[in-house]
Amino acid sequence: MSTAGAIAETPAVATPLPKRRPVIALVLFVLLALIPVATALGLPSHWLSLVTRAMIFAIAALSLDLILGVGGLVSFGHAAFIGIGAYVTGIMITEGRPEALLALPLILVACAVFAAVTGAVSLRTRGVAFIMITLAFGQMGFFLAQALSAYGGDDGLTLAERSTVLGFDVFANRTRFFYIVLAALAGCYALVSIIVASRFGRVLRASRENATRVTVTGYDVGRVRLIAYVISGMIAGLSGFFLANQTEFVSPAFMSWQRSGELIFMVVLGGTGSLHGAVIGALAYLFTEEILSGLGEYWRGIFGTYLLFGFDLRIAAEHWKAIFGPLIVLFVLFTRGGIVGIISKLGRRHD
Amino acid sequence: MTTSLLIVQILNGLQLGILLFLVAAGLTLVFGVMDFINLAHGVQYMLGAYLAVTFVGLTGSFGLGLALALAAALVIGLALEFLVFRHLYERDHLDQVLATFGLILLLNQGVKIVWGAAPLSVPVPAFLSGSVQLMDGILYPVYRFALIGAGLGVGGLLWFIVEKTRTGMLLRAGASNAAMVSALGVDIRQLFMIVFAFGTMLAGFAGAMAAPILSVEPGMGDTVLILAFVVIVVGGIGSIRGAFVGALIVGLVDTLGRSFMNDLLRLFMSAPSARATGAALSSMLIYLVMAIVLFVRPEGLLPSKGRT
Repeated sequence: MSTAGAIAETPAVATPLPKRRPVIALVLFVLLALIPVATALGLPSHWLSLVTRAMIFAIAALSLDLILGVGGLVSFGHAAFIGIGAYVTGIMITEGRPEALLALPLILVACAVFAAVTGAVSLRTRGVAFIMITLAFGQMGFFLAQALSAYGGDDGLTLAERSTVLGFDVFANRTRFFYIVLAALAGCYALVSIIVASRFGRVLRASRENATRVTVTGYDVGRVRLIAYVISGMIAGLSGFFLANQTEFVSPAFMSWQRSGELIFMVVLGGTGSLHGAVIGALAYLFTEEILSGLGEYWRGIFGTYLLFGFDLRIAAEHWKAIFGPLIVLFVLFTRGGIVGIISKLGRRHD
Repeated sequence: MTTSLLIVQILNGLQLGILLFLVAAGLTLVFGVMDFINLAHGVQYMLGAYLAVTFVGLTGSFGLGLALALAAALVIGLALEFLVFRHLYERDHLDQVLATFGLILLLNQGVKIVWGAAPLSVPVPAFLSGSVQLMDGILYPVYRFALIGAGLGVGGLLWFIVEKTRTGMLLRAGASNAAMVSALGVDIRQLFMIVFAFGTMLAGFAGAMAAPILSVEPGMGDTVLILAFVVIVVGGIGSIRGAFVGALIVGLVDTLGRSFMNDLLRLFMSAPSARATGAALSSMLIYLVMAIVLFVRPEGLLPSKGRT
């Protein structure tokens, strides 16, 4: 962001590390692109679907980072957009219309409308009230999905097939699906980066630091925030589309409030406001989840036994959330700036 | 839709409202005084219920079990305050949300480890069992009346403490300007701890009182927490009066919506479509009420006066 914009940038703002960002992101995407090669060379094949799933969540985390990291709006209902995307996909397939080119525009419109309506109400408040209201609206989506008895209700909806593109079953091949999701992630990353670097993005960022000053400058802060909220919701809807196609199953749990909390944690884990941090955070989150929930199996793979000092690790794996919860608490209490912050701190030490 | 059913449902709505008030009062108090958003408040409600299961089972007496459960809930709450919450008061809301979210994961799983995943229950105490006849043919359980009464009693006590005692005065002062109270020589840390202990006890009390009529299961606190958020947002953040009014509105709207939405829609819809729409609409009703209230009054119905 070296080009001089309309707003003079103070050099001492805490957040950006603009020069290093493209390099880290590029390395990240190249590494991701090599995963199918690695599985062909002997990495266990379930890593392919794990990384696909992680990238799908990375799309959602990226969209959340736009409003949470850049805009400073802690939205606790973001999973609702994933749910809308997934349910529109699932319902279209159940109704015999699996065409993705039909489902995608519908998802984007549905998410935009939901975001515009709930955003118009919740953006009237600040701080804690905003957190509570977005949480409540997210929960509203959850209960609505539960009440959809024609589409599985509480039990969820198993999809008869995947979405097709122009009638072709493009998503059937797992490697191809991987690269499609990777391309979507890269595209969303580019889009959000452009938005953040634009004048609109600068106003959004500035309104986080000091909304009054931005208003006095002549910008309509409420409108800027609402537009960002709508864009963010639409991108999250896209991740719902992919999630439904990967799991071939849709359920109210997709939009549970725990899911929204996990998304926030992904963003914070990676480092808020840096965009590639959200991607790293989502990957790190899903890897941690995978390792903790498969703790016993991994341990046996290395040491040939489930036991650690006579304790069966399969029990620990079954209750992995009881391990994960304290990890989140420790992470919040003892680190600042997430993984990206730690990387840049190490980088600065080398300088 | 008969009058007797309406009366019973209004009483059920009041009872849900009272439970929500007990949870929301603690939450709004903690937020108002400490500017601290505690997602783990719902888990403390759940712990109250589980501890009631254990202690009522151990002692065989509801009153004694309730007292012990409250004491244990308080000890756990203070331990959490000492270990985690205390270090979060100065942090921003995002950190508070995340850390307390982590605690929810831990404690929801923790109760599964200790008490198992299956729903548990507490028997209704003998001296509160049975029913009262309201009108011809309408019976209403005594315990539910006792719950409404106990909730109103606690609400009155809360009002008395906040409005009429020295601690309450400090509390109100702390809510409008904590830094100033601290500068005047009040130990703000101690005040925070009192408020926090109070909030924990209220949530634990609500959970223990709910145990005989609701099934005690992991995650029961999450639903209540989100309803309590709706209550607080509707009533006005940091205001106990607002929490009371908001809780009654949410309790009544939710209960009545669930039982009468179907009949209401039947007036201008076919039966199957009324059932489907009714189910969807009644579960969304309180959120719609919240949205309308916020649209008209973004600061809630009865915002607390000291806050800007």
